Amino acid sequence: MADIEIQFDDTVDITDVVCPVTFVKAKVAIEELDDGQILKVHMNDGEPIKNVPRSLKDEGHQILKISENDDGTYDLFVKKVEE
Amino acid sequence: MAVDYATLKKGGFMRQKQKNHFSLRLRVVGGQVTAGQLAKISEVADKYGHGYVHLTSRQGVEIPFIRLEDIDEVKAALAEGNVSPGVCGPRVRTITACQGSETCPNGCIESEKLAEELDQRYFGKELPHKFKFGITGCQNNCLKAEENDLGIKGGLKVDWKKESCINCGLCAKVCREKAITITDGVIEIDREKCNYCGRCAFGCPTDSFDTIPGYIVSFGGLFGNHISKGEPIIPFIEDHDKLMKVCDATIGFFNEHANPGERFKFTIERVGRQELEKAVREAYNS
Repeated sequence: MADIEIQFDDTVDITDVVCPVTFVKAKVAIEELDDGQILKVHMNDGEPIKNVPRSLKDEGHQILKISENDDGTYDLFVKKVEE
Repeated sequence: MAVDYATLKKGGFMRQKQKNHFSLRLRVVGGQVTAGQLAKISEVADKYGHGYVHLTSRQGVEIPFIRLEDIDEVKAALAEGNVSPGVCGPRVRTITACQGSETCPNGCIESEKLAEELDQRYFGKELPHKFKFGITGCQNNCLKAEENDLGIKGGLKVDWKKESCINCGLCAKVCREKAITITDGVIEIDREKCNYCGRCAFGCPTDSFDTIPGYIVSFGGLFGNHISKGEPIIPFIEDHDKLMKVCDATIGFFNEHANPGERFKFTIERVGRQELEKAVREAYNS
């Protein structure tokens, strides 16, 4: 699959916190953005990758891409969707 | 006058060690009790009991230390708060349930609604021995479906939707059964391995799965003096009416074949599991 580069407006690193703060940190970061802007979330494997994308989706935001890095971490690109 | 303990027990009054005292079991469906009912239960426990309630292992509420002479008064007081006594003895017992898809992010079926329905259909029905229904909304099995005479577990049958998929690979990652493989952007589901838990669909960030909710029904579970896990006959029942037919057939089978005081598991063993399978399949296909 061709790796499409996604332009993003802000980035947040949640590899330094554990569940449930992972989602809280991502949520706070996305709240800072305007409707339609894109946030890059850098996260660890395990609980964060299993739960954070789902939680962001459940909040109504649109997940654009998830890519795995060489060090086993993940980058998730999410577009803010205002209620 | 002699006390008719059997009738009292049938009406939810459980005889205590203490002479002329009863622990009153209340009717609870799927573990749901309204705030108004709680207030009334609290009032009755204070006035007629010892000011506390006991929560049973099957989502029941009991008010201990009700005195024999107060029984009618207690029943009347509870009725004002829309609270009724439960049952004990050889009949269909409390229908237990989790909160299901109404509120739980993992829920695959509407457990509470189903509990109400089964309660209306069977609660207190006289049988050769006790009969327990339990409903759990997903594979997490909070309500321990397989320890019931008839257990119902919710599941999701999933189908991949290519159009909206962004190929992030999360579905394969969250699948605990290793049922999903991705080859060149194509997702394949191994139906032999899939246990209908729905994690792929719930975890998918772009809703790229079509889902059909259904029921995994297990028969002959026990968790008392003997311990045994209920086993399914039909892997996944999608149709609600077929589920009801299967429940009807199961209750009918137990009523017809069980000896007095014999739990369902032992009836199945004595009569032959193939006989139950026949009855259940007939009902399912009717």
